[in-house]
Amino acid sequence: MTPLPITEDDLNGFVDGTLTPDRRAEVSAYLDAHPHIGRRIAVYGEQRDMLRDAFAPVIDEPVPTELDLSRMMAERRLPRQAPRWAMAAAAVLLLSVGAVGGWSLRGMGPSASEGVQALAREAAASYATYVPDQVRPVEIRASDRDVLAAWTAKRVGRPIGIPDLTAAGYRLMGGRVVPTEHGPAALFMFDDDRGTRLVMLARPMKAEPALPMSPHADGALNGFAWADDGLGYSLVGMVAPDRLHPLADEVRRQIRSEA
Amino acid sequence: MNHEMVRLIEPLIPALRRYARALMRERAAADDLVQDCLERAISRWHQRRPGDDSRAWMFTILHNLAMTRLRRTTQRPVHIGLDDADPASLASAARQEDGLRHRDLLDALAQLPEEQRTVLLLVTVEELSYADAARVLDIPIGTVMSRLSRARERLAKLMSAEPRTARQSPHLRSVK
Repeated sequence: MTPLPITEDDLNGFVDGTLTPDRRAEVSAYLDAHPHIGRRIAVYGEQRDMLRDAFAPVIDEPVPTELDLSRMMAERRLPRQAPRWAMAAAAVLLLSVGAVGGWSLRGMGPSASEGVQALAREAAASYATYVPDQVRPVEIRASDRDVLAAWTAKRVGRPIGIPDLTAAGYRLMGGRVVPTEHGPAALFMFDDDRGTRLVMLARPMKAEPALPMSPHADGALNGFAWADDGLGYSLVGMVAPDRLHPLADEVRRQIRSEA
Repeated sequence: MNHEMVRLIEPLIPALRRYARALMRERAAADDLVQDCLERAISRWHQRRPGDDSRAWMFTILHNLAMTRLRRTTQRPVHIGLDDADPASLASAARQEDGLRHRDLLDALAQLPEEQRTVLLLVTVEELSYADAARVLDIPIGTVMSRLSRARERLAKLMSAEPRTARQSPHLRSVK
């Protein structure tokens, strides 16, 4: 039987040792018959060996403490690769909130804080539904702020503060009442001059009336969620966490000072 | 689940460090990348589909983080010249002549386009199958093969054209 023609893929496979023994023998015979190509393939083999040699010492290095997986898991870092500043922020919160709420690091684990996870999901779902809406992203416009405040207060069962983020460059577009697994929630939407939209979702948090702020992410959508005085909040947007975090802090500060 | 994760991921850490080192060049930056990769893996372990190969899965996370980071730094080019790079951070304790040969090699490697360098490293150094390399890079196998061919050809050309001993002066590597 006539052997199949030798391809570049065969030559690479020869170098990488991926060929079947039969094919390997055919390629080997071909390289013997074509020394020019044989030399090229020999060089590729040397390349491979040299590359392996050059990086081999890394394998023998002791693994640094920071990369000890068991320890990392035991410490149970913040969910979803929270950046390190968030760890620091969480540590500060832990110090300030821990005394009052008895909150522990476990609260930040992926499964421990059901409340924040649910809030994060609901905020992300509302974002996905209303932010791309070009026709009617909000039901009540910012010009009817008092109507919006009264409506959301009535449906959610408690007044929900509407934050003012103009100092940070975000204007209130308006809002609406949205359904969640945990009953009606208030949604407020903001945008900046470039059209970046933020969504703030708020609803009662019966199980966990007070929670420190923690980051959450769903692809490029980032969010910060927290609970205060029986209300849970999440601020989400396609904004880098390091820019979103101060906005969430500001929202929380304003709502706290209104209360 | 935790035990399973540790059992599957822990043995991969030296290789992850090696690939990170090859991409980032600098030890601290590379280990920082691996740390992010492990953190991400811990938080996303539950999202892994059954049957996902953990090695390819980890390399995918690492590769994507590395690309994000490298692209961020190339926007504001802070290039560590190869001659400034600490040779010990790449390949320590090599005999001197090996050290020089490695330098030449790493020098040439650095001149490959990123898409060729990554394929070459994953296939030759990490010994990923072509299919796994395709998965990590999110490209078809045919593209893996053609990039691999071009990488090998180009590396051979660079290595033969530029032996260190023949260099008259420290080469300038402009980044702008």
